[in-house]
Amino acid sequence: MPIFSFLAFPKTDMKDRLIADLSAMAYCEIKPSGNKDVLILLTDTPDEEANKNLIDAIKALNSLQSLSMAFGHTD
Amino acid sequence: MTFTRRDFIKNMALKSAAVAAATMFPGISFSGWNPADLSADSIVWSKTPCRFCGTGCGLLVGVSGEKAVAVKGDPNSSVNKGLCCVKGYHSIQILYGKDRFVTAYVRKDGNLVPTPIQEALDLVAARMKSSIEKNGKNSVAIYGSGQWSIPDGYTASKFFKGCIGTNNVEANARLCMASAVTGCLTTFGLDEPMGCYEDIDNADVFVTWGNNMAEMHPVLFSRMLANKKSKTHVQIIDLTTRFTRSSQAADKSILFNPQSDLAIANAICYEIIKNNEVNQEFISSHVSFHKGKTNIGYGTEDHFAFSDTAESVDFEAYKTFLKDYTPEAAEKISGVPAADIKYLASLYGDPDKKVTSFWTMGMNQHTRGTWINNLVYNIHLLTGKICEPGNSPFSLTGQPSACGTVREVGTMTHKLPHGVVTEEADRKMAAKIWDVPESNIDPKPTYHTVEMFRALDRGEITFMWIQVTNPMVTMPNLRRYRDGAKKEGRFIVVSEIYPTPTSDVADVILPSALWVEREGFFGNSERRTQHNAQLVPKPGEAMCNTWQLIQVARRMGFEKQFPWTQETYIEDIWNEYIRFHDSPKHRMAPYKLLKERSGVQWPFVDGKETRWRYNGKYDPACGSNTFDFYGKPDHRAWIWLRPYEPAAESPDKEYPFWLNTGRVLEHWHTGSMTRRIPILHKAVPESYVEIHPEDAKLLGVVNESKVNIISKRGSVVMKACINGRGNPPRGMVFVPFFDENYLINEVTLDAFCPISKQPDYKKCAVRLEKA
Ligand code: SF4
Repeated sequence: MPIFSFLAFPKTDMKDRLIADLSAMAYCEIKPSGNKDVLILLTDTPDEEANKNLIDAIKALNSLQSLSMAFGHTD
Repeated sequence: MTFTRRDFIKNMALKSAAVAAATMFPGISFSGWNPADLSADSIVWSKTPCRFCGTGCGLLVGVSGEKAVAVKGDPNSSVNKGLCCVKGYHSIQILYGKDRFVTAYVRKDGNLVPTPIQEALDLVAARMKSSIEKNGKNSVAIYGSGQWSIPDGYTASKFFKGCIGTNNVEANARLCMASAVTGCLTTFGLDEPMGCYEDIDNADVFVTWGNNMAEMHPVLFSRMLANKKSKTHVQIIDLTTRFTRSSQAADKSILFNPQSDLAIANAICYEIIKNNEVNQEFISSHVSFHKGKTNIGYGTEDHFAFSDTAESVDFEAYKTFLKDYTPEAAEKISGVPAADIKYLASLYGDPDKKVTSFWTMGMNQHTRGTWINNLVYNIHLLTGKICEPGNSPFSLTGQPSACGTVREVGTMTHKLPHGVVTEEADRKMAAKIWDVPESNIDPKPTYHTVEMFRALDRGEITFMWIQVTNPMVTMPNLRRYRDGAKKEGRFIVVSEIYPTPTSDVADVILPSALWVEREGFFGNSERRTQHNAQLVPKPGEAMCNTWQLIQVARRMGFEKQFPWTQETYIEDIWNEYIRFHDSPKHRMAPYKLLKERSGVQWPFVDGKETRWRYNGKYDPACGSNTFDFYGKPDHRAWIWLRPYEPAAESPDKEYPFWLNTGRVLEHWHTGSMTRRIPILHKAVPESYVEIHPEDAKLLGVVNESKVNIISKRGSVVMKACINGRGNPPRGMVFVPFFDENYLINEVTLDAFCPISKQPDYKKCAVRLEKA
């Protein structure tokens, strides 16, 4: 049951889009910054495979510039 | 609201991300969410010192159920006032790596086989006994660490020195701060800094001598920057051999040739005298002048022996000695423009400026490490800028308890918890407190670290117990010592938490309890002792290192010396240990107080901590209200005449580059813990070699190209890093040593300071080839 947190950086002028994209994805919780172009992304997936698929899908988002891991836990 | 363990982990994950975001974007806010709200009533917060560096930040670890789930800076700790760095924030994750040793292993038919720990301890005791019977008491050795908790080191010393009767006790702190010790002892007669971190809030000028505090002591660096921000005149001068993150933040960065700090320090003193900026009153009352031996060698040969002498000289002789070190002459050696040396001298010499000098490995890992420590003290003594708030020559330690466990307990071959083995009175005191015959304590030191591993290679040592350190990554000229440890007839015991190249060579692995899985104490760079309670259970059969030692000692017949119960042994050891320091010069705080407070500084006299030693205004051990360097028989601090002498190995035609090694912010030492923390591993996933862009161009390499680094001793292939976080000058490369996949110490040289016996990891000669 992996839990990870990331800083997600949107492409220029695509912060709202990134928020919308991530909000629509299963296993994701987000905390957007009110004053900077970055948001905190928390992923809580049932297993390693779901985690890998989710990260691949997030990385494929057009609104995402980069993803930087802050914390990782796997049981 | 009920919080599950999973909720706590999620909270921790969110908090970690919030911390990372706040580091990148100070003042960041999150719409409708305050990271500080992430708390739950069922988390129990307890204080502990940080597991990692010698800064000794106070942390609060949040425990839910039986698991540590969160970390924050301890606002009650005067060290960090609630701050911590990225390693501290993620420190609890070191407890939960998947490959923790939770059982003992014994090598059988070449393979390490899981074994019940009591059986493994039986074997350790039996092998120690047989080694002593066959080859004598000096055939067994223990090699510990500045990451040992104080009771670990104390028990090891009592067991080996007091009970077995061998001085084969060393610790990896020999590799990181032995020159700071001999620097203090030769100048002041007593070890450890006279000042404290409050110097950071009071200084007008900081001079950092070859240390990258922004990465190695980041919380202290932030404190320095905070002082600078609050008072516009504060300056940071970075004296360095390579451009670093600290250089970026400094007001002025001065690049010098490796080893030439000796010439620069002497030139600063020359200039201070020339400009009549000497504090005459201070030196006439509190300083004496001394000359030692010169051309003292480098220790690269087995059985190297050296002992210094101290010839008394006068101020005139000192002035004459300094004539060789005009700023112009020092410029030729150091490459530092004479104008910059004069500028440095003017800062030190200005009576209206308070100056703090900081150093760590650049000055200590140096074949003239003792000398350069002496020479920086000389500057502060000549100007009288010492032992008062903001005026402070300050040697910072690398490891969390290099001071507490190695320097104070004395876990080095020549040392005892109080004094040295060569002194009868010190042996008497130890024998009395330890309840052993005085004749048990050998008056002769045996092997310092490098020589101890040489003795293992030669076969004089046949049994070695290694606790809390990873010498098969960190020993210089590593190949010789790894091959030596693997030789037939050697028995190696390793107390560890994770697999490492050192546990790979073990005959027995004992699983250790880590940090907050056991009770203990650390002592940081400013003489602060910090207690930690056991906060979470030990995994599997993991056992506290102190208890492992006690178990083996009892099996060898020393029940009388180790009578304590598992419930109170840490408290009992503390109470016994502090009897060694029961004087106003070094009194330690009682157990009960240490449990309550976020650290207490020694000397702890009449209920008060001593902030500045040797100054009667602050230090009750001084006879009067003035300065008293009571560590020396003449009650004076000693200025030493120490010349410039070259490094043991310098670049030449065949090996034209200097190799410099060190650390990075994210990783702790050999990375055996921090490489198991996902965010830290991801931040710096592997080691690399920093090369100057021009040198890279000539070599035909770009970022991430493979480069072969070759010395007379070995080679390692790794990726190039050009214009990275650090930038060496032309003719130098820098390699962080945290990555066991790239054993850079197969390339380094085992030359050391003949006085401190500390190796120089900052200077040897290599050539580069595109791989
Ligand atoms: S600065 Fe050192 S002691 Fe403080 S949190 Fe970082 S690693 Fe720990």
